[in-house]
Amino acid sequence: MTISTLKSRPTYPGLSPDHNARSNIIVCDKAGAEAVTELFSRADDTFAKRSTVIVAEGTTDQDAETLKTALAPATVGFQPSLETGIARLREFLKDAPMGLRLYAAGSEPLIGSVVQAAADYSIDHLSIRTEHRGSLKRRVQCVHCKGFTENVTTNPVTCSHCGLTLMVRDHYSRRLAAFQGVCIDAEVPGEVPETEALYQ
Amino acid sequence: MSGSLLRRVRVAEVEQVANRIKRFRLVDIDNAPLSEFSGGSHISVVMHSGDRLMRNPYSLMGSPTDTSSYQISVLNCGNDSRGGSKFMHDAVSVGSELEISEPLNLFPPCKLARKHILVAGGIGITPFMSMMNELDALHCDFELHYGVRSLEEGAYCKYLQSRYGSRVNVYLQDQGQMIPLESVLGSQRLGTHMYVCGPKPMIDWALQTAELLGWPAENVHSEQFSAPPPGKPFVVKLAKSGREIEVRGHQSILEALEEHGVDAPFLCRGGACGQCETGVVSCDGFIEHNDHFLTEAERVSGKKIMICMSRIPSGSITLDL
Repeated sequence: MTISTLKSRPTYPGLSPDHNARSNIIVCDKAGAEAVTELFSRADDTFAKRSTVIVAEGTTDQDAETLKTALAPATVGFQPSLETGIARLREFLKDAPMGLRLYAAGSEPLIGSVVQAAADYSIDHLSIRTEHRGSLKRRVQCVHCKGFTENVTTNPVTCSHCGLTLMVRDHYSRRLAAFQGVCIDAEVPGEVPETEALYQ
Repeated sequence: MSGSLLRRVRVAEVEQVANRIKRFRLVDIDNAPLSEFSGGSHISVVMHSGDRLMRNPYSLMGSPTDTSSYQISVLNCGNDSRGGSKFMHDAVSVGSELEISEPLNLFPPCKLARKHILVAGGIGITPFMSMMNELDALHCDFELHYGVRSLEEGAYCKYLQSRYGSRVNVYLQDQGQMIPLESVLGSQRLGTHMYVCGPKPMIDWALQTAELLGWPAENVHSEQFSAPPPGKPFVVKLAKSGREIEVRGHQSILEALEEHGVDAPFLCRGGACGQCETGVVSCDGFIEHNDHFLTEAERVSGKKIMICMSRIPSGSITLDL
């Protein structure tokens, strides 16, 4: 799924516990929470106790209770969206000491946003342990108008800002946390290949 | 071939800076400006000692932007080592001419770090001299923790303390002082990087201390220039040219190839950079891997060898050269 000939295309090796970390911050969405549960089952008992999980996706009260139980004894916080989840992550990172290990599990926009925010605190992207779960949806930047189109599941896709028809490339920007979209019918306007649902 | 561009220099100054350590200042033979370098860089010095040709790496110590001269420090390892450092101490004086490589940096500070912790042991201070120069000029937050046997054995202790003040912490072994690494690393803000240079046991200790405190491997850096360990003579066969070359007990494969005019790739000559990785066609017995580059799986496969550092106990090895 994440195999590409383009070097910038990120890969996600899967979550593994850092038993030496003094604290663990884990950001996930609902699909990624399953990977976190599996991570805890592979780690020793004290690992979850040293962990804080940020669920960065709206959940029903019932879902939240189920997740809290599944992820116990970790501290679990619920945020209604990816944006608020990342804002919460930034609060944790602001005054944190070395010895903190960061994890991200879920969709690519979620993992990319965590990596992007962590860079502001000088956390190397390679030191973040990541696992892709759930939707293949992408965040795409239009290379022409620079606008971002969220939750892209098809290729080509229409830019939500300038309206150009974009081919979604595997060319990825860590700084922008987005794949690059390039006008596909520049030569012959309107000559557009069939839309494929590649990133469901 | 990479790394083989040489420049002739003249020794302009020699100073005994500690019991067994001399500082050498090198200028271009025609007083042409030297290349600028970056903090943490080193050069190789070519030495013709008797029938032996050696190229030892030494860290550059001065200001990276000073192109008028390069400064290196050499610890005299006496008769225990292969003789490169002894040659520098005994046979090189003001006016001596040497050949050096262009600077190469395998130990640069991470520019995105929020803070830099430099950990040095003995002669391992040398890469940090230029690194601190650079970090200071960039107004980066850094601190040095420098362990020496005694004030007489340690180079530049007073100089560093007067130049960088409280950012320099010197620990004297003869006074029973140890680098309190656990407490130093245990109280750093996120985004801090550690760099360590010194004897192998010290590097291992520092890397392990950082790992056990939960420091990611990406935040931890080390450099060690080890000389190729000696052994018994053996024969290198070159598959492409069909030549056979004897490697003497105190020579590395790379040095033997150079002595016979074979242009093999190299950069660091310390088993760190990976440039001299060479394919093994066949081999009597097992390879003594002395590098820090190949993965465990690559070592076990026996298909690759770093010719600057590694050898075989006896017999012959056929290389894809």
